[in-house]
Amino acid sequence: MSRVVLLLGDDVSTDLVYPGRFMATVLPSETPRHAFADHAAFNAKLVAGEVPPGSVVAAGGNFGCGSSREQAASCLKGYDLVIVARSFARIFLQNAINLGLKVVPCPGLEAKEGDDLAFEGGKVVNRTSGKSFTAEPMPKARQAILDAGGLIPYTRKKLMQMADRKDA
Amino acid sequence: MGLTIVEKILARATDLAEVHAGDVLEPRVDLAMSHENAALVINQFHEVYQGTGRTPRPWDPSRIAVIFDHRVPAESPKTATNQKKVREFVAEHGIARFHDVRGDTGGICHQILPECGYVRPGQVVVGTDSHTTTHGALGAFAFGIGATEMASVWALGVAVNVEVPKTIKVVVTGRFPHYVGPKDLILHLIGRLTAQGANFRVLEFHGETIQRMPTSGRLVLCNMAVEAGATSGIVPADGETIRYLREESGIRGPIIAVAPDADAAYERVVTIDVSRLEPQIACPHTVDNVKPVGDVEGIRVHQVVVGSCTNGRLDDLAEAASLIRGKKVAAGTRMLVFPASGRVWSDALARGYIGDFMAAGAVVMNAGCGPCLGVHEGALGDGETALSTTNRNFKGRMGNPKSEVYLCSPAVAAASAVTGVLTDPRKGAR
Repeated sequence: MSRVVLLLGDDVSTDLVYPGRFMATVLPSETPRHAFADHAAFNAKLVAGEVPPGSVVAAGGNFGCGSSREQAASCLKGYDLVIVARSFARIFLQNAINLGLKVVPCPGLEAKEGDDLAFEGGKVVNRTSGKSFTAEPMPKARQAILDAGGLIPYTRKKLMQMADRKDA
Repeated sequence: MGLTIVEKILARATDLAEVHAGDVLEPRVDLAMSHENAALVINQFHEVYQGTGRTPRPWDPSRIAVIFDHRVPAESPKTATNQKKVREFVAEHGIARFHDVRGDTGGICHQILPECGYVRPGQVVVGTDSHTTTHGALGAFAFGIGATEMASVWALGVAVNVEVPKTIKVVVTGRFPHYVGPKDLILHLIGRLTAQGANFRVLEFHGETIQRMPTSGRLVLCNMAVEAGATSGIVPADGETIRYLREESGIRGPIIAVAPDADAAYERVVTIDVSRLEPQIACPHTVDNVKPVGDVEGIRVHQVVVGSCTNGRLDDLAEAASLIRGKKVAAGTRMLVFPASGRVWSDALARGYIGDFMAAGAVVMNAGCGPCLGVHEGALGDGETALSTTNRNFKGRMGNPKSEVYLCSPAVAAASAVTGVLTDPRKGAR
């Protein structure tokens, strides 16, 4: 069971998730402290360790629009948050998959802060309201990266296959 | 059914006879661009090789470009150390297309790539910057990716698992009225499409207005295609593209233009007649909150910003200078000008624009991204309002969530700097 700890609207930009002024900080081990830095109350909860892993940030359409900064995905991954949104912007979605941040596109999502959600076989079930919503399945190409455990292991495997072919 | 330009480019990059929207491919990458975030790319690149027993080597250093622009000169020891690490990597691997912090060859990546001839029609270009869409102006398929994805490109030479996007055809007709131009057109289009209206789509630009438009204007359109969510914007290469690449980028040798088929399959067609278009303003806090200038005239402006990868080119500075020459920036308003590259800076100096700005009281900064994303100079105070020729006005974009940013053309920006309030440049014009 995952509780909605933050509810956001449409077009949440990566500037809101990870403001540009912290972009000199790049390492996934260091970015989480600046997650939602301009949303000071939520940032304080995250940094204080008050948000359990698996907690949900729920949002409207086009979550993660704007900058390609990967920090916007790595900072959320640092807290093992789950992002459930009606839709995602392309680069953020890809970054999330590449880094293993759990993202669930759910076009009909209805949820409030404090609701408990469960993810059951292609559905998002809002246990608080009793309603359930269809989650969009990941395209096959993206699922392959998820299955490999992220883009780094996926690339490593491909690299070794290519090298083997060259050697043969 | 025929192919769109991006389908043709991706077919060529995969050695397939044809590809169609929805196919998943691994296209060869012709150019892989990063800026300061190369520091993270390097980190991820080394991770890829961990445990493989192999030495990390990029697949083709001649196809990698690294341009320092986001925070130049370095604003902090952290950035300076990141830049140092990148400099060492670039030297170690013989990456020649490296643009360091310099007044001559430095500048913003999305100006350096075109002006140095690094991008050609028909290429696949990826960049660790969302505005990599800019390079579609030269008929390339150019899109933004994250740092880990770039590390994968450096290792493999291909972009993995690229889904061929659907294409929206944008047909533009009519002549721009005085003081209305490409920035107004793209803001108007984003307002119509919305910030997510082109998500996972390509915007392919056509029509007489585009054919007449110089490359500098096409760069503006493709730069901001991403603000409608587009994977890329693209203008099919034509005579103007070849002129630009020969005369301004100094390219010799063959240039192969790729054109879409006449019966290409578009998801939809959007038509715009610009002949009665007014100057457009994107209002806080989303780029698709677009209004004609008349709706927001008179709003007090504390800081005017002219520059960036969107509107920091020579013709942008020429237009802004023409409106401010012999006048003064209003008391209580600051005007910042940051040209897009060292070359643009020095051309603007030679033509007197830099002098015009300075005499008017504007602060002319070095080429770079700084103020646009609030990372380096030009921060706004609580409750202040900026009017900017840049490309984003998200809450906090310019470094302060308690400020507001309006986006506009260079003409609106310069006219407003003189009055201190948001001003229609057509009023008082000859």
